[in-house]
Amino acid sequence: MTLGKKVATRDGFGDEIVALGKENRNILVVDADIGKSCKTGAFRKELPEQYLNVGIAEQNCAGVAAGLATCGKIPFVVTYAAFGSMRMCEMIRQEIAYPRLNVKIACSHGGVTPANDGASHQAIEDMGILATIPNMTVIMPADYQSARKLVRAAAEYEGPVYLRFTRDAIPEIYNENTVFEIGKAHQLSDGRDVAIIANGDTVRLAVQAAEELAVKGVRARVLDMHTIKPLDVEAVTACVNDIGKIVTVEDHNIINGLGSAVACVAAEMGKGTVRRIGIQDQFGQSAPYERLLEMNGVTVENIVARALELQGK
Amino acid sequence: MKESLSIVELKNKCIDLKKNAISMIYKAQSGHPGGSLSVAEFVTACYWHAMNVDPQNPRWEDRDRFVLSKGHVCPAQYAALAMKGYFPMEVLDTLRKEGSPLQGHPSMTKCPGIDISTGSLGQGMACAVGMALAAKLDSKTYNVFCAVGDGECNEGEIWEACGTAYKYKLDNLVVFVDWNNLQLDGTCEEIMPPISLAKKFEAFGFEVQECNGNDMAEVVEALDKALASKNGLPKCIVGKTVKGKGVSFMENQCGWHGVAPNDEQYKQAMEELDSQYVKC
Repeated sequence: MTLGKKVATRDGFGDEIVALGKENRNILVVDADIGKSCKTGAFRKELPEQYLNVGIAEQNCAGVAAGLATCGKIPFVVTYAAFGSMRMCEMIRQEIAYPRLNVKIACSHGGVTPANDGASHQAIEDMGILATIPNMTVIMPADYQSARKLVRAAAEYEGPVYLRFTRDAIPEIYNENTVFEIGKAHQLSDGRDVAIIANGDTVRLAVQAAEELAVKGVRARVLDMHTIKPLDVEAVTACVNDIGKIVTVEDHNIINGLGSAVACVAAEMGKGTVRRIGIQDQFGQSAPYERLLEMNGVTVENIVARALELQGK
Repeated sequence: MKESLSIVELKNKCIDLKKNAISMIYKAQSGHPGGSLSVAEFVTACYWHAMNVDPQNPRWEDRDRFVLSKGHVCPAQYAALAMKGYFPMEVLDTLRKEGSPLQGHPSMTKCPGIDISTGSLGQGMACAVGMALAAKLDSKTYNVFCAVGDGECNEGEIWEACGTAYKYKLDNLVVFVDWNNLQLDGTCEEIMPPISLAKKFEAFGFEVQECNGNDMAEVVEALDKALASKNGLPKCIVGKTVKGKGVSFMENQCGWHGVAPNDEQYKQAMEELDSQYVKC
Protein backbone atom coordinates (compact mmCIF):
# COMPACT_ATOMS: atom_id res chain seq x y z
CA MET A 1 0.00 0.00 0.00
CA THR A 2 1.12 3.56 -0.58
CA LEU A 3 1.27 6.08 2.18
CA GLY A 4 -0.35 9.41 1.40
CA LYS A 5 0.53 13.03 2.04
CA LYS A 6 1.63 14.04 5.49
CA VAL A 7 -0.86 15.68 7.85
CA ALA A 8 -0.79 15.91 11.65
CA THR A 9 -3.60 14.05 13.39
CA ARG A 10 -4.28 17.16 15.50
CA ASP A 11 -5.57 18.67 12.25
CA GLY A 12 -7.97 15.77 11.92
CA PHE A 13 -9.31 16.64 15.36
CA GLY A 14 -9.49 20.35 14.53
CA ASP A 15 -11.48 19.72 11.35
CA GLU A 16 -13.84 17.10 12.75
CA ILE A 17 -14.70 18.99 15.92
CA VAL A 18 -16.05 21.87 13.83
CA ALA A 19 -18.29 19.50 11.88
CA LEU A 20 -19.49 17.88 15.11
CA GLY A 21 -20.10 21.21 16.82
CA LYS A 22 -22.29 22.35 13.96
CA GLU A 23 -24.35 19.18 14.14
CA ASN A 24 -24.74 19.17 17.90
CA ARG A 25 -24.88 22.42 19.85
CA ASN A 26 -24.11 20.59 23.08
CA ILE A 27 -20.60 19.85 21.88
CA LEU A 28 -18.21 22.33 23.48
CA VAL A 29 -14.50 22.97 23.30
CA VAL A 30 -12.89 23.84 26.63
CA ASP A 31 -9.40 25.15 25.95
CA ALA A 32 -6.59 25.84 28.39
CA ASP A 33 -4.75 28.50 26.39
CA ILE A 34 -3.10 26.17 23.89
CA GLY A 35 -6.00 26.05 21.51
CA LYS A 36 -4.00 27.45 18.64
CA SER A 37 -1.53 24.58 18.69
CA CYS A 38 -4.24 22.04 19.41
CA LYS A 39 -6.12 23.24 16.32
CA THR A 40 -9.31 24.57 17.84
CA GLY A 41 -8.95 27.90 16.00
CA ALA A 42 -11.65 27.15 13.43
CA PHE A 43 -14.07 25.99 16.14
CA ARG A 44 -13.43 29.15 18.15
CA LYS A 45 -14.08 31.30 15.09
CA GLU A 46 -17.09 29.46 13.72
CA LEU A 47 -18.81 28.39 16.95
CA PRO A 48 -17.96 31.08 19.53
CA GLU A 49 -20.98 30.25 21.67
CA GLN A 50 -19.77 26.69 22.12
CA TYR A 51 -16.20 27.73 22.82
CA LEU A 52 -14.69 28.23 26.28
CA ASN A 53 -11.16 29.02 27.32
CA VAL A 54 -10.34 28.74 31.02
CA GLY A 55 -6.75 29.86 30.74
CA ILE A 56 -3.65 28.03 31.87
CA ALA A 57 -5.51 26.11 34.55
CA GLU A 58 -5.75 22.47 33.51
CA GLN A 59 -7.05 21.07 36.79
CA ASN A 60 -9.93 23.51 36.79
CA CYS A 61 -10.45 22.81 33.07
CA ALA A 62 -11.20 19.16 33.81
CA GLY A 63 -13.50 20.07 36.70
CA VAL A 64 -15.41 22.69 34.73
CA ALA A 65 -15.89 20.13 31.95
CA ALA A 66 -17.26 17.64 34.47
CA GLY A 67 -19.76 20.20 35.74
CA LEU A 68 -20.83 21.03 32.18
CA ALA A 69 -21.27 17.33 31.42
CA THR A 70 -23.63 16.90 34.39
CA CYS A 71 -25.84 19.45 32.64
CA GLY A 72 -25.99 17.58 29.34
CA LYS A 73 -23.04 19.17 27.56
CA ILE A 74 -20.41 17.15 25.70
CA PRO A 75 -17.21 19.02 26.50
CA PHE A 76 -13.96 18.34 24.68
CA VAL A 77 -11.16 19.37 27.02
CA VAL A 78 -8.27 20.35 24.80
CA THR A 79 -4.62 20.48 25.82
CA TYR A 80 -1.29 18.68 25.32
CA ALA A 81 -1.04 15.01 26.21
CA ALA A 82 1.50 15.64 28.97
CA PHE A 83 -0.91 17.99 30.76
CA GLY A 84 -4.15 16.23 29.86
CA SER A 85 -2.88 13.01 31.36
CA MET A 86 -0.75 14.17 34.25
CA ARG A 87 -1.64 17.73 35.32
CA MET A 88 -5.33 16.82 35.13
CA CYS A 89 -4.96 13.21 36.12
CA GLU A 90 -6.65 13.17 39.50
CA MET A 91 -9.42 15.51 38.36
CA ILE A 92 -10.12 13.18 35.47
CA ARG A 93 -10.19 10.25 37.86
CA GLN A 94 -12.36 11.83 40.54
CA GLU A 95 -14.71 14.09 38.62
CA ILE A 96 -14.93 12.50 35.16
CA ALA A 97 -14.11 8.79 35.27
CA TYR A 98 -15.58 7.92 38.68
CA PRO A 99 -19.01 9.40 37.86
CA ARG A 100 -18.52 8.26 34.25
CA LEU A 101 -19.32 11.65 32.80
CA ASN A 102 -19.48 12.36 29.10
CA VAL A 103 -16.23 14.34 28.83
CA LYS A 104 -13.62 13.87 26.11
CA ILE A 105 -9.99 14.69 26.80
CA ALA A 106 -8.55 15.56 23.40
CA CYS A 107 -4.79 15.95 23.46
CA SER A 108 -2.31 17.00 20.85
CA HIS A 109 1.45 16.52 21.20
CA GLY A 110 1.24 12.80 21.96
CA GLY A 111 4.37 10.68 22.32
CA VAL A 112 7.64 12.24 21.21
CA THR A 113 5.95 14.32 18.52
CA PRO A 114 6.54 17.61 20.39
CA ALA A 115 10.14 16.73 19.59
CA ASN A 116 12.07 19.99 19.81
CA ASP A 117 10.07 21.07 22.88
CA GLY A 118 12.01 18.47 24.84
CA ALA A 119 11.11 15.98 27.54
CA SER A 120 8.76 18.29 29.48
CA HIS A 121 6.30 18.26 26.58
CA GLN A 122 6.80 14.74 25.25
CA ALA A 123 4.08 12.51 26.68
CA ILE A 124 5.34 8.95 26.86
CA GLU A 125 3.37 7.88 29.93
CA ASP A 126 -0.10 9.24 29.19
CA MET A 127 -1.95 6.33 27.62
CA GLY A 128 -0.81 3.95 30.33
CA ILE A 129 -1.83 6.36 33.07
CA LEU A 130 -5.28 6.91 31.60
CA ALA A 131 -5.75 3.21 30.85
CA THR A 132 -5.39 2.33 34.54
CA ILE A 133 -8.38 4.52 35.41
CA PRO A 134 -11.69 2.60 35.43
CA ASN A 135 -14.37 3.76 32.93
CA MET A 136 -11.78 5.38 30.62
CA THR A 137 -11.45 4.68 26.93
CA VAL A 138 -8.02 5.41 25.47
CA ILE A 139 -7.45 6.04 21.78
CA MET A 140 -4.65 7.11 19.46
CA PRO A 141 -5.54 7.36 15.76
CA ALA A 142 -2.92 6.54 13.12
CA ASP A 143 -3.57 9.27 10.59
CA TYR A 144 -5.70 12.25 9.63
CA GLN A 145 -8.72 10.29 8.35
CA SER A 146 -8.83 7.86 11.24
CA ALA A 147 -8.45 10.80 13.64
CA ARG A 148 -11.58 12.36 12.17
CA LYS A 149 -13.48 9.08 12.36
CA LEU A 150 -12.42 8.30 15.90
CA VAL A 151 -13.15 11.83 17.15
CA ARG A 152 -16.65 11.38 15.79
CA ALA A 153 -16.94 7.94 17.36
CA ALA A 154 -15.80 9.39 20.69
CA ALA A 155 -18.43 12.13 20.48
CA GLU A 156 -21.12 9.55 19.79
CA TYR A 157 -19.95 7.30 22.63
CA GLU A 158 -21.51 8.10 26.01
CA GLY A 159 -18.69 8.28 28.55
CA PRO A 160 -15.17 9.52 29.14
CA VAL A 161 -12.63 9.15 26.34
CA TYR A 162 -8.97 10.12 26.12
CA LEU A 163 -7.83 10.91 22.58
CA ARG A 164 -4.21 11.45 21.67
CA PHE A 165 -2.99 13.18 18.51
CA THR A 166 0.34 13.98 16.91
CA ARG A 167 1.86 17.40 16.66
CA ASP A 168 3.94 16.34 13.69
CA ALA A 169 2.64 15.55 10.25
CA ILE A 170 2.48 11.83 9.47
CA PRO A 171 1.50 10.12 6.23
CA GLU A 172 -2.12 9.35 5.47
CA ILE A 173 -2.89 5.64 5.54
CA TYR A 174 -6.66 5.54 5.15
CA ASN A 175 -9.17 7.17 2.89
CA GLU A 176 -12.36 8.84 4.01
CA ASN A 177 -14.39 5.67 3.47
CA THR A 178 -12.46 3.54 5.95
CA VAL A 179 -14.64 2.57 8.88
CA PHE A 180 -13.41 2.69 12.48
CA GLU A 181 -14.99 1.42 15.63
CA ILE A 182 -13.82 2.15 19.18
CA GLY A 183 -12.27 -0.99 20.63
CA LYS A 184 -11.95 -2.79 17.30
CA ALA A 185 -8.52 -3.17 15.73
CA HIS A 186 -8.24 -2.26 12.08
CA GLN A 187 -6.45 -4.91 10.06
CA LEU A 188 -4.23 -3.45 7.37
CA SER A 189 -2.79 -6.66 5.95
CA ASP A 190 -2.91 -10.36 6.69
CA GLY A 191 -0.16 -12.91 6.98
CA ARG A 192 0.69 -15.98 9.06
CA ASP A 193 4.37 -15.43 9.81
CA VAL A 194 4.28 -12.52 12.21
CA ALA A 195 1.74 -10.07 13.65
CA ILE A 196 2.71 -6.43 13.95
CA ILE A 197 0.40 -4.57 16.29
CA ALA A 198 0.91 -0.82 16.32
CA ASN A 199 -0.97 2.35 17.09
CA GLY A 200 -0.81 6.07 16.47
CA ASP A 201 2.10 7.49 14.55
CA THR A 202 3.87 4.12 14.45
CA VAL A 203 1.24 2.37 12.32
CA ARG A 204 2.92 3.87 9.24
CA LEU A 205 6.20 2.21 10.36
CA ALA A 206 4.43 -1.12 10.76
CA VAL A 207 3.00 -0.82 7.26
CA GLN A 208 6.42 -0.10 5.80
CA ALA A 209 8.01 -2.91 7.81
CA ALA A 210 5.40 -5.37 6.54
CA GLU A 211 6.28 -4.40 2.97
CA GLU A 212 9.97 -4.99 3.58
CA LEU A 213 9.24 -8.29 5.25
CA ALA A 214 7.12 -9.35 2.29
CA VAL A 215 10.12 -8.89 0.04
CA LYS A 216 11.98 -11.31 2.31
CA GLY A 217 9.12 -13.78 2.10
CA VAL A 218 7.76 -13.06 5.58
CA ARG A 219 4.00 -12.37 5.60
CA ALA A 220 2.82 -10.02 8.33
CA ARG A 221 -0.61 -9.36 9.77
CA VAL A 222 -0.65 -5.65 10.60
CA LEU A 223 -3.16 -4.38 13.11
CA ASP A 224 -3.87 -0.74 13.88
CA MET A 225 -4.79 -1.01 17.56
CA HIS A 226 -6.04 2.57 17.83
CA THR A 227 -7.90 1.81 21.06
CA ILE A 228 -5.68 0.42 23.80
CA LYS A 229 -8.59 0.39 26.24
CA PRO A 230 -10.86 -1.41 25.80
CA LEU A 231 -8.29 -3.55 24.02
CA ASP A 232 -9.53 -5.68 21.14
CA VAL A 233 -8.73 -8.88 23.00
CA GLU A 234 -10.35 -10.95 20.29
CA ALA A 235 -7.97 -9.62 17.65
CA VAL A 236 -4.93 -10.15 19.89
CA THR A 237 -6.10 -13.65 20.81
CA ALA A 238 -6.42 -14.45 17.12
CA CYS A 239 -2.85 -13.25 16.54
CA VAL A 240 -1.60 -15.49 19.34
CA ASN A 241 -3.57 -18.50 18.11
CA ASP A 242 -3.02 -18.03 14.38
CA ILE A 243 0.56 -16.76 14.41
CA GLY A 244 2.06 -16.83 17.90
CA LYS A 245 4.77 -14.31 17.03
CA ILE A 246 3.93 -10.69 17.76
CA VAL A 247 5.82 -7.43 17.52
CA THR A 248 4.17 -4.39 19.12
CA VAL A 249 5.08 -0.84 18.15
CA GLU A 250 4.14 2.38 19.90
CA ASP A 251 5.25 5.96 20.45
CA HIS A 252 4.83 5.46 24.21
CA ASN A 253 6.83 3.99 27.04
CA ILE A 254 7.06 0.23 26.57
CA ILE A 255 5.81 0.04 30.16
CA ASN A 256 2.04 0.18 30.49
CA GLY A 257 1.14 0.94 26.89
CA LEU A 258 0.05 -1.10 23.89
CA GLY A 259 2.90 -3.60 24.19
CA SER A 260 2.11 -4.31 27.82
CA ALA A 261 -1.58 -4.76 27.05
CA VAL A 262 -0.85 -7.21 24.22
CA ALA A 263 1.76 -9.08 26.29
CA CYS A 264 -0.78 -9.51 29.11
CA VAL A 265 -3.19 -11.25 26.75
CA ALA A 266 -0.48 -13.60 25.49
CA ALA A 267 0.79 -14.28 29.02
CA GLU A 268 -2.67 -15.20 30.26
CA MET A 269 -3.11 -17.50 27.27
CA GLY A 270 0.21 -19.09 28.17
CA LYS A 271 1.47 -19.01 24.63
CA GLY A 272 2.94 -16.81 21.98
CA THR A 273 6.00 -14.57 21.97
CA VAL A 274 5.75 -10.81 22.14
CA ARG A 275 8.51 -8.32 21.31
CA ARG A 276 7.77 -4.76 22.39
CA ILE A 277 9.09 -1.78 20.48
CA GLY A 278 8.52 1.64 22.03
CA ILE A 279 10.11 4.32 24.15
CA GLN A 280 12.69 2.61 26.32
CA ASP A 281 11.55 3.91 29.70
CA GLN A 282 13.69 7.01 29.32
CA PHE A 283 12.96 10.73 29.01
CA GLY A 284 13.53 12.35 25.65
CA GLN A 285 15.34 15.54 24.72
CA SER A 286 15.05 18.32 22.15
CA ALA A 287 15.77 16.60 18.85
CA PRO A 288 14.05 15.91 15.55
CA TYR A 289 11.00 13.67 15.90
CA GLU A 290 12.34 10.87 13.71
CA ARG A 291 15.67 10.96 15.60
CA LEU A 292 13.88 10.52 18.91
CA LEU A 293 12.07 7.47 17.57
CA GLU A 294 15.38 6.15 16.26
CA MET A 295 17.07 6.59 19.66
CA ASN A 296 14.44 4.24 21.06
CA GLY A 297 14.52 1.73 18.24
CA VAL A 298 11.10 2.77 16.97
CA THR A 299 12.09 2.29 13.33
CA VAL A 300 11.11 0.25 10.31
CA GLU A 301 14.50 -1.48 10.49
CA ASN A 302 14.01 -2.57 14.07
CA ILE A 303 10.49 -3.84 13.43
CA VAL A 304 11.86 -5.89 10.52
CA ALA A 305 14.75 -7.16 12.66
CA ARG A 306 12.46 -8.22 15.54
CA ALA A 307 10.07 -9.89 13.15
CA LEU A 308 12.88 -11.84 11.49
CA GLU A 309 14.33 -12.78 14.88
CA LEU A 310 10.96 -14.34 15.72
CA GLN A 311 11.24 -16.41 12.53
CA GLY A 312 14.56 -17.71 13.80
CA LYS A 313 16.31 -15.76 11.08
CA MET B 1 -39.89 23.78 44.62
CA LYS B 2 -38.63 26.29 47.15
CA GLU B 3 -39.74 26.01 50.73
CA SER B 4 -40.39 29.00 52.92
CA LEU B 5 -39.70 28.33 56.54
CA SER B 6 -39.37 30.89 59.31
CA ILE B 7 -35.98 31.39 60.92
CA VAL B 8 -37.18 29.49 63.99
CA GLU B 9 -38.38 26.60 61.84
CA LEU B 10 -35.06 26.61 59.99
CA LYS B 11 -33.16 26.56 63.27
CA ASN B 12 -35.13 23.53 64.45
CA LYS B 13 -34.70 21.83 61.08
CA CYS B 14 -30.96 22.37 61.46
CA ILE B 15 -30.99 20.65 64.86
CA ASP B 16 -32.80 17.68 63.30
CA LEU B 17 -30.17 17.64 60.57
CA LYS B 18 -27.30 17.77 63.05
CA LYS B 19 -28.82 14.94 65.10
CA ASN B 20 -29.23 12.82 61.99
CA ALA B 21 -25.67 13.54 60.88
CA ILE B 22 -24.20 12.61 64.28
CA SER B 23 -26.42 9.51 64.50
CA MET B 24 -25.21 8.32 61.12
CA ILE B 25 -21.58 8.75 62.11
CA TYR B 26 -22.23 7.06 65.45
CA LYS B 27 -23.93 4.08 63.82
CA ALA B 28 -21.22 3.81 61.17
CA GLN B 29 -18.54 4.42 63.81
CA SER B 30 -16.82 6.34 61.05
CA GLY B 31 -17.13 9.76 59.44
CA HIS B 32 -16.45 13.45 59.98
CA PRO B 33 -18.60 15.08 62.68
CA GLY B 34 -16.75 18.39 63.20
CA GLY B 35 -17.21 19.81 59.71
CA SER B 36 -20.66 18.28 59.32
CA LEU B 37 -21.78 20.40 62.26
CA SER B 38 -20.05 23.61 61.20
CA VAL B 39 -21.61 23.55 57.71
CA ALA B 40 -25.08 22.45 58.90
CA GLU B 41 -26.72 25.89 59.01
CA PHE B 42 -25.66 26.58 55.41
CA VAL B 43 -26.88 23.18 54.20
CA THR B 44 -30.20 23.70 56.00
CA ALA B 45 -30.66 27.22 54.64
CA CYS B 46 -29.94 25.98 51.11
CA TYR B 47 -32.34 23.02 51.14
CA TRP B 48 -35.19 24.61 53.10
CA HIS B 49 -34.89 28.22 52.00
CA ALA B 50 -32.76 29.07 48.98
CA MET B 51 -32.89 26.08 46.66
CA ASN B 52 -35.43 25.17 44.05
CA VAL B 53 -35.32 21.37 43.91
CA ASP B 54 -37.69 18.45 43.46
CA PRO B 55 -36.81 15.41 45.59
CA GLN B 56 -39.16 13.30 43.45
CA ASN B 57 -37.17 14.24 40.37
CA PRO B 58 -33.55 14.56 41.49
CA ARG B 59 -32.23 15.04 37.94
CA TRP B 60 -34.76 17.75 37.02
CA GLU B 61 -32.89 19.88 34.46
CA ASP B 62 -33.84 23.25 35.88
CA ARG B 63 -33.13 22.45 39.52
CA ASP B 64 -30.68 24.40 41.61
CA ARG B 65 -27.48 22.45 42.20
CA PHE B 66 -25.63 21.79 45.43
CA VAL B 67 -21.95 20.91 45.37
CA LEU B 68 -20.31 19.77 48.57
CA SER B 69 -16.73 20.47 47.58
CA LYS B 70 -15.63 19.53 51.11
CA GLY B 71 -17.10 16.10 50.44
CA HIS B 72 -16.02 14.50 53.73
CA VAL B 73 -18.80 16.35 55.58
CA CYS B 74 -21.43 14.50 53.52
CA PRO B 75 -23.36 13.29 56.60
CA ALA B 76 -24.80 16.84 56.71
CA GLN B 77 -25.93 16.63 53.08
CA TYR B 78 -27.14 13.02 53.34
CA ALA B 79 -29.26 13.99 56.34
CA ALA B 80 -30.73 16.90 54.36
CA LEU B 81 -31.49 14.68 51.37
CA ALA B 82 -33.24 12.05 53.49
CA MET B 83 -35.21 14.68 55.39
CA LYS B 84 -36.27 16.24 52.08
CA GLY B 85 -37.48 12.85 50.86
CA TYR B 86 -34.86 11.95 48.25
CA PHE B 87 -34.65 8.53 49.92
CA PRO B 88 -36.07 6.89 53.06
CA MET B 89 -34.68 7.97 56.44
CA GLU B 90 -33.60 4.37 57.18
CA VAL B 91 -31.00 4.65 54.45
CA LEU B 92 -29.08 7.00 56.73
CA ASP B 93 -28.20 3.97 58.87
CA THR B 94 -26.19 2.53 55.97
CA LEU B 95 -23.56 5.29 55.85
CA ARG B 96 -20.17 3.91 54.80
CA LYS B 97 -21.49 0.35 54.70
CA GLU B 98 -20.95 -2.07 51.83
CA GLY B 99 -23.45 -1.51 49.02
CA SER B 100 -24.77 1.73 50.50
CA PRO B 101 -25.69 4.72 48.33
CA LEU B 102 -24.15 6.77 51.13
CA GLN B 103 -20.48 6.37 50.37
CA GLY B 104 -17.80 7.78 52.67
CA HIS B 105 -17.63 10.65 50.20
CA PRO B 106 -20.55 11.60 47.93
CA SER B 107 -21.11 9.64 44.73
CA MET B 108 -23.52 11.07 42.15
CA THR B 109 -24.06 7.69 40.53
CA LYS B 110 -25.01 5.99 43.79
CA CYS B 111 -26.98 8.58 45.74
CA PRO B 112 -30.02 10.52 44.47
CA GLY B 113 -29.67 14.25 45.00
CA ILE B 114 -25.88 14.32 44.73
CA ASP B 115 -25.10 16.58 41.78
CA ILE B 116 -21.41 15.69 41.50
CA SER B 117 -19.10 13.18 43.16
CA THR B 118 -16.61 14.84 45.47
CA GLY B 119 -14.13 13.85 48.13
CA SER B 120 -10.79 14.91 46.76
CA LEU B 121 -10.50 18.46 48.04
CA GLY B 122 -10.35 21.48 45.78
CA GLN B 123 -12.19 19.83 42.90
CA GLY B 124 -15.88 20.33 43.57
CA MET B 125 -15.80 24.06 43.09
CA ALA B 126 -14.57 23.77 39.49
CA CYS B 127 -17.49 21.42 38.83
CA ALA B 128 -19.88 23.93 40.40
CA VAL B 129 -18.43 26.54 38.05
CA GLY B 130 -19.07 24.20 35.12
CA MET B 131 -22.71 23.77 36.19
CA ALA B 132 -23.24 27.52 36.59
CA LEU B 133 -21.61 28.03 33.20
CA ALA B 134 -23.95 25.47 31.59
CA ALA B 135 -26.90 27.49 32.94
CA LYS B 136 -25.53 30.64 31.32
CA LEU B 137 -24.88 28.86 28.00
CA ASP B 138 -28.46 27.57 27.96
CA SER B 139 -30.00 30.81 29.30
CA LYS B 140 -31.40 28.94 32.26
CA THR B 141 -32.03 30.60 35.60
CA TYR B 142 -30.96 27.93 38.08
CA ASN B 143 -28.37 28.68 40.75
CA VAL B 144 -25.45 26.62 41.97
CA PHE B 145 -24.53 26.47 45.65
CA CYS B 146 -21.12 25.24 46.64
CA ALA B 147 -19.66 24.63 50.10
CA VAL B 148 -15.87 24.74 50.39
CA GLY B 149 -13.70 24.35 53.44
CA ASP B 150 -11.25 26.93 54.70
CA GLY B 151 -8.52 24.28 54.71
CA GLU B 152 -9.65 23.27 51.25
CA CYS B 153 -8.75 26.76 50.06
CA ASN B 154 -5.11 25.63 50.36
CA GLU B 155 -5.77 23.89 47.04
CA GLY B 156 -4.75 25.88 43.98
CA GLU B 157 -7.65 24.58 41.92
CA ILE B 158 -10.07 26.63 44.04
CA TRP B 159 -8.40 29.79 42.77
CA GLU B 160 -8.27 28.52 39.20
CA ALA B 161 -12.01 27.95 39.41
CA CYS B 162 -12.50 31.52 40.67
CA GLY B 163 -10.92 32.78 37.45
CA THR B 164 -13.44 30.95 35.30
CA ALA B 165 -16.36 32.06 37.50
CA TYR B 166 -15.34 35.69 37.11
CA LYS B 167 -14.56 35.51 33.41
CA TYR B 168 -17.92 33.98 32.54
CA LYS B 169 -19.87 36.30 34.88
CA LEU B 170 -21.37 33.50 36.94
CA ASP B 171 -23.63 35.49 39.24
CA ASN B 172 -25.67 32.29 39.58
CA LEU B 173 -22.87 30.73 41.65
CA VAL B 174 -22.85 31.04 45.44
CA VAL B 175 -19.74 29.75 47.18
CA PHE B 176 -19.92 29.32 50.95
CA VAL B 177 -16.59 29.12 52.76
CA ASP B 178 -16.97 27.17 55.98
CA TRP B 179 -14.44 29.16 57.97
CA ASN B 180 -14.18 27.03 61.09
CA ASN B 181 -10.45 27.70 61.30
CA LEU B 182 -9.49 24.07 61.83
CA GLN B 183 -8.08 21.63 59.34
CA LEU B 184 -6.98 18.07 59.88
CA ASP B 185 -3.50 18.67 61.26
CA GLY B 186 -4.20 21.84 63.24
CA THR B 187 -5.51 25.37 63.00
CA CYS B 188 -5.56 27.10 59.64
CA GLU B 189 -3.08 29.64 60.97
CA GLU B 190 -0.70 26.89 61.96
CA ILE B 191 -1.02 24.71 58.84
CA MET B 192 -1.36 27.33 56.10
CA PRO B 193 -2.24 30.89 57.12
CA PRO B 194 -5.30 31.93 55.13
CA ILE B 195 -4.51 35.66 55.56
CA SER B 196 -7.99 36.84 54.58
CA LEU B 197 -10.24 34.50 52.63
CA ALA B 198 -12.77 37.30 52.13
CA LYS B 199 -10.13 39.58 50.62
CA LYS B 200 -8.79 36.78 48.49
CA PHE B 201 -12.18 35.94 46.99
CA GLU B 202 -12.80 39.65 46.48
CA ALA B 203 -9.49 40.01 44.68
CA PHE B 204 -10.52 37.11 42.43
CA GLY B 205 -13.61 39.01 41.36
CA PHE B 206 -16.27 37.68 43.73
CA GLU B 207 -18.92 39.74 45.50
CA VAL B 208 -18.13 38.78 49.07
CA GLN B 209 -20.17 38.86 52.26
CA GLU B 210 -19.03 37.83 55.70
CA CYS B 211 -21.38 36.46 58.31
CA ASN B 212 -21.69 34.20 61.31
CA GLY B 213 -22.07 30.92 59.44
CA ASN B 214 -23.74 29.25 62.41
CA ASP B 215 -26.35 31.97 62.82
CA MET B 216 -29.36 30.94 60.75
CA ALA B 217 -30.74 34.46 60.33
CA GLU B 218 -27.39 35.75 59.11
CA VAL B 219 -26.89 32.84 56.69
CA VAL B 220 -30.38 33.29 55.25
CA GLU B 221 -29.85 37.02 54.86
CA ALA B 222 -26.52 36.48 53.09
CA LEU B 223 -28.06 33.92 50.75
CA ASP B 224 -30.98 36.21 49.91
CA LYS B 225 -28.61 39.07 49.21
CA ALA B 226 -26.37 36.91 47.05
CA LEU B 227 -29.30 35.63 44.99
CA ALA B 228 -30.77 39.08 44.54
CA SER B 229 -27.57 40.53 43.14
CA LYS B 230 -27.56 39.91 39.40
CA ASN B 231 -24.57 42.02 38.50
CA GLY B 232 -22.43 39.47 36.70
CA LEU B 233 -20.22 38.81 39.72
CA PRO B 234 -19.97 35.36 41.31
CA LYS B 235 -20.94 35.33 44.98
CA CYS B 236 -18.98 34.27 48.03
CA ILE B 237 -20.17 34.02 51.60
CA VAL B 238 -17.37 33.63 54.10
CA GLY B 239 -19.16 32.09 57.06
CA LYS B 240 -17.35 32.25 60.38
CA THR B 241 -18.22 28.93 61.95
CA VAL B 242 -17.27 26.69 64.83
CA LYS B 243 -16.16 23.18 64.02
CA GLY B 244 -18.39 20.80 65.96
CA LYS B 245 -20.98 23.54 66.57
CA GLY B 246 -23.80 22.42 68.86
CA VAL B 247 -22.00 19.62 70.68
CA SER B 248 -19.91 21.18 73.46
CA PHE B 249 -17.12 18.62 73.60
CA MET B 250 -16.67 18.67 69.81
CA GLU B 251 -16.55 22.44 69.44
CA ASN B 252 -13.24 23.84 68.23
CA GLN B 253 -11.57 20.48 68.70
CA CYS B 254 -9.27 19.39 65.93
CA GLY B 255 -9.57 15.85 67.24
CA TRP B 256 -13.22 15.70 66.18
CA HIS B 257 -12.40 16.13 62.49
CA GLY B 258 -12.81 12.49 61.57
CA VAL B 259 -13.71 10.49 64.68
CA ALA B 260 -17.05 8.88 65.63
CA PRO B 261 -18.53 9.35 69.12
CA ASN B 262 -18.75 6.40 71.53
CA ASP B 263 -22.00 5.41 73.30
CA GLU B 264 -21.64 7.91 76.11
CA GLN B 265 -20.53 10.75 73.86
CA TYR B 266 -23.37 10.04 71.46
CA LYS B 267 -25.91 10.18 74.27
CA GLN B 268 -24.53 13.48 75.48
CA ALA B 269 -24.45 14.93 71.96
CA MET B 270 -28.10 14.05 71.41
CA GLU B 271 -29.10 15.55 74.77
CA GLU B 272 -27.24 18.76 74.05
CA LEU B 273 -28.75 19.10 70.59
CA ASP B 274 -32.24 18.32 71.93
CA SER B 275 -31.89 21.16 74.42
CA GLN B 276 -31.29 23.61 71.56
CA TYR B 277 -34.71 23.36 69.93
CA VAL B 278 -36.48 26.71 69.87
CA LYS B 279 -40.16 26.84 70.79
CA CYS B 280 -42.26 28.23 67.96
